[in-house]
Amino acid sequence: MSTMSNTAGKSSMLRKNILLVVLVVAIAVIPLLLLKDAEFGGADGRAEQAITEINADYKPWFSPVWEPPSGEIESLLFAMQAALGAGFIGYYIGYVRGRKTKNSVEKS
Amino acid sequence: MSKKYQLGLGLVLMILLMPQAAFAMHIMEGFLPPVWCISWGVLVIPFLVMGVFSIQKTVKQNPKLKMLLAMAGAFAFVLSALKIPSVTGSCSHPTGVGLGAILFGPTAMSVLGIIVLLFQALLLAHGGLTTLGANTFSMAVVGPLVSFGVYKLVKRMKGPQWLAVFLAAALGDLLTYVTTSVQLALAFPAETGGFAASLVKFMGIFAVTQIPLAISEGLLTVLIFNALLAYSSNELKDLRILSEEVRI
Repeated sequence: MSTMSNTAGKSSMLRKNILLVVLVVAIAVIPLLLLKDAEFGGADGRAEQAITEINADYKPWFSPVWEPPSGEIESLLFAMQAALGAGFIGYYIGYVRGRKTKNSVEKS
Repeated sequence: MSKKYQLGLGLVLMILLMPQAAFAMHIMEGFLPPVWCISWGVLVIPFLVMGVFSIQKTVKQNPKLKMLLAMAGAFAFVLSALKIPSVTGSCSHPTGVGLGAILFGPTAMSVLGIIVLLFQALLLAHGGLTTLGANTFSMAVVGPLVSFGVYKLVKRMKGPQWLAVFLAAALGDLLTYVTTSVQLALAFPAETGGFAASLVKFMGIFAVTQIPLAISEGLLTVLIFNALLAYSSNELKDLRILSEEVRI
């Protein structure tokens, strides 16, 4: 692959990836804009309601062994989960990208 | 039982549960009768055993793939943490298991999936220990199997790479929540209409909410797959995702 087509390939990939990210953000934002009055609680909260509607006598027979003491702690843990995952993905992509650049420099 | 009492009970439950905001999109702790918990749990075991052996084989044949395997796990980890608003006015999260299923096969992802679910059940009061079997079945067995199957099918029909990845991830995600709906409907058939009526109800909650999220997961999986195609083609060749002659 020549350097020319390499850069062209890279810039078209960047454009494609930006388009993908914009689409994902749009899919998340559109419901927020369209449904102004919605609560945006969890789908499972509504499932609990549905279960209660179907079988009003049903009592959960087990409770979580530990619950985050507050919404803040919960969002901390969620943010940590996302950060750890994203951190590793970034590390991996950086690692393979660096390896590839190094290999192509050594070849030329 | 009167409507008023039902509403009252519902509201009490809502208020009790709201402050903790323990909104998992998987089946909630204690919300599946024991017989179902055990049944789903037992069903999952063969997939986990096969998964452990499959991972062992992959890593033994090529120790360098460990990093990519961890990356597939990390991808599921991130995506399960992202609760995204949907057109139904409630939130749910993608699963992120499609990528790993395409790369390492469906059973390997059963193992990674149960790790993610266990983390969320223990630390986030998300999903649950008693419902772990059912949730593993939907997210880490059905999801990856669908993703894997769809990917192979689109490839066999000579569809483009991006479409195969997109459909695999999106349909795996969607079918995960369809399975969740089926599991809840089986455990809670409606008094009138039975299983079918309950299924419609739970599908309306889980599956419809999930449609835009499934599309998002498809797009994000294509994004990460593009990066792998560009920089990690050696690993993809090792996994026979790319044949030698395929142009990137």
